[in-house]
Amino acid sequence: MALWMNIPLVLILMCLLSSAICSILPGKAARIWMLSAISVQVALSLTLLLSLISYGGSFVYKLSEVGAPYGNELSASVLEAMVGLTFTSIMLLSVLGGWRKIKADVHPRRMSLYCVMVMLLLAALNALTYTNDLFTGYVFIEIATISACALILVNNKGRSLFAATRYMLMNLLGSGLFLLGLILLYCLTGQLLFPQLKQAVAQLRGENLYIVPLYLSLLLMALGIGIKSALYPFHTWLPNAYANATPASSAMLSSLISKAYIVLLIKIVFKAAGPDAFLAGGVDDVLFVFSLIGIIMGSVDALREHNLRRMISYSSVAQIGYIFLGVSLGSKAGAAAAVFHIMAHSAAKAMLFLCSDRLVEVSGGSEAYRDLRGSGFRAPLAGLAFMVGAFSIVGVPFLGGFSSKLYLATASLSLTTWKMLTLLLVLAASTLLNVMYFLRTVLTLYRKGERFPLTPVDKRPHPTFAISMAAFIALNLLLGVAAYPIMTLITQGFQMIS
Amino acid sequence: MKKSNGRDSLERFRKWLDEGSDPLDMEMEDALSEPEEICSRDAEEPAWAASDAQFEHGTLGNRLKGMSRRAYYVYYSFLAVLVCAGLISVLLYATLHMPKFGGADTLVDSDLTAFYVENTLKDTGAQNVVTGIILNYRGFDTLGESHVLFSAVCTVLLMLRLTGNDERELLQAEPDDRHFEPKNDVILQTTARIVTPSILLFGIYVILNGHLSPGGGFSGGAIIGAGLILYLSAFGYRKTERFMNATVFKAVSASALMFYTLSKGYHFITACNDIPSGIGTGTPGNILSGGLLLPLNIAVGCVVAMTMYAMYTMFRKGDF
Repeated sequence: MALWMNIPLVLILMCLLSSAICSILPGKAARIWMLSAISVQVALSLTLLLSLISYGGSFVYKLSEVGAPYGNELSASVLEAMVGLTFTSIMLLSVLGGWRKIKADVHPRRMSLYCVMVMLLLAALNALTYTNDLFTGYVFIEIATISACALILVNNKGRSLFAATRYMLMNLLGSGLFLLGLILLYCLTGQLLFPQLKQAVAQLRGENLYIVPLYLSLLLMALGIGIKSALYPFHTWLPNAYANATPASSAMLSSLISKAYIVLLIKIVFKAAGPDAFLAGGVDDVLFVFSLIGIIMGSVDALREHNLRRMISYSSVAQIGYIFLGVSLGSKAGAAAAVFHIMAHSAAKAMLFLCSDRLVEVSGGSEAYRDLRGSGFRAPLAGLAFMVGAFSIVGVPFLGGFSSKLYLATASLSLTTWKMLTLLLVLAASTLLNVMYFLRTVLTLYRKGERFPLTPVDKRPHPTFAISMAAFIALNLLLGVAAYPIMTLITQGFQMIS
Repeated sequence: MKKSNGRDSLERFRKWLDEGSDPLDMEMEDALSEPEEICSRDAEEPAWAASDAQFEHGTLGNRLKGMSRRAYYVYYSFLAVLVCAGLISVLLYATLHMPKFGGADTLVDSDLTAFYVENTLKDTGAQNVVTGIILNYRGFDTLGESHVLFSAVCTVLLMLRLTGNDERELLQAEPDDRHFEPKNDVILQTTARIVTPSILLFGIYVILNGHLSPGGGFSGGAIIGAGLILYLSAFGYRKTERFMNATVFKAVSASALMFYTLSKGYHFITACNDIPSGIGTGTPGNILSGGLLLPLNIAVGCVVAMTMYAMYTMFRKGDF
């Protein structure tokens, strides 16, 4: 076994170790430790991706002497490595971009605990990405849920406490449904590892045994993950949680946590249950309907919202709808489009949250978007970043969001006519809605207002913020320009895992 | 007619660009009394105020505008009952189609159970098969599980630990706590004096024998934690802070977790790369057997005991 194959395990263990170390370090040292640990993680993930591309296959990493089906396993292919690299690098850029604000928002006595939670979250993201075992997935879902709760309430305002309570209630319901589905599936098949589960499910379906609980367990898992990633009717915890957390936390919450659950769902569909069982059970139709409603209603809610950060949060609801739409097609092309959209949306949304905070700051602290007139001139870099992020989500060519919508529409061509027509119509309508609420905000940023002058507030923005924003803009452009090779890699990854 | 409409909207657009009135406002004003006052309200408002505001302009709140609050709650509880009843009936229906519990033909009793029963003792040296499974074959899940506890206790610390922002808050916490403490309750203190040592001893026994008999780090740690809490309730902080404070908590839980992660990591890496790990299984039945199982159980026990104690003190006083 080659040395680089240890990287997935090393990534997870390193995060867990760092979390324990951060808990005994004083605040400032913990923060620096966290930043350097995440940077190392990005480098390791990149190494893993490059090695896997040259290796040209997937591999399984057993975590006990005996291996499958008796012990835990990790597995990695190009798909997982791409997603892992996206998660770690966006984590790094989010922490960098919100660096100054973390120092301001988090009380010094809580700083090391904040770093602990960030490291635990990263451990959970890595584990959800690389796991080959359903129950390991559940354990790390728990870690992700709890650490996300801590990230929401860390600035300890009344609103964020309330948002965290609501988040916790909804998310525990989601975890519960997922656990219920997992138990049902285990009762029927007696397996927890993905490849063995796939065989057992195929066997059960072949013999036409226990079909009802089998499909129900898939549905419960999909719904549990839907609740946890804020699929439309279950999204009520989202706007407050995202809008009241410290900006770095909002960026991580919106672009990483909800996405990691969906990555697990994609792995369950393609590696554990098999897309056929997923389609035969009707789970795809449930997700299809929810995500279509979510795409429209999320955008309508965003349009009705005047508070900038809540507006961006509602836009996340719509974007989560796109991702679930891709998954619900049940085809590799659809899931690949979903994975691409996960990457594109993460890059855009994290940047929007970080720069919107800066725009609010130079406009006297009001979050209502009408008070932001001229803030694009007062904070040129943040204004540019907002524009790029907004255009990417709307789907302007040469930015990430355009390609993902294109791939989603292409993937829909394999559907039945009615389904395809509905999907394309909803895509068109939602793009229109996206334009309405993002364009009005971008125009507002560059209109003159009475309250503040139109000159930059300070000559240079904070260096960490500037680096992060520049990297984010570059990332969005890269995702738009290099969409084809990235999509080829993702498709290759799907060939490898199923 | 149409033309004038077009000009009208153009004018409105221009007006918006130049003066700042929102063209969508006219249509949206009703649906959205979303109010500046809520956006700009002081951030330091208490949670209940936020919850009221939430009700006013939450998603459902918006949609059900015009309905009185009472009607809203009736509607809400009706829906809640309906959803629960639906879920219950679906699950019950699925239960009818489940394999018979413990039946000979179910897949659960296929391969895995037999393998574990036959091989656990040989592979891990653990007489207690459950411990062998959770700390060896599925050790990665247990590693995650102990970090779930760690993340929970860190979240509680993050939320409840007094920050010392306000000196008075810290000063007040001490007498407040003394006030509510049972003051030298003879029955409680006598009982605690007799029972606590045996509880702690029993907890240690359960942890140390985790690989031989039912028990292990999780259950033993919970017993020790309960013993510490009993002692604290009977004798108060002045006695317990001699051996338990924030430093001890951090040191014990962090070093236990680091030991766990490092030793298990060593095991994983040797196992997968087929390097001999040099960890023997010893003579099954001896207390010093089972390779890593005993030290791992001790580490898990430390984490669980610290977690229980810290949660209790955080909810009671907000500090150690």
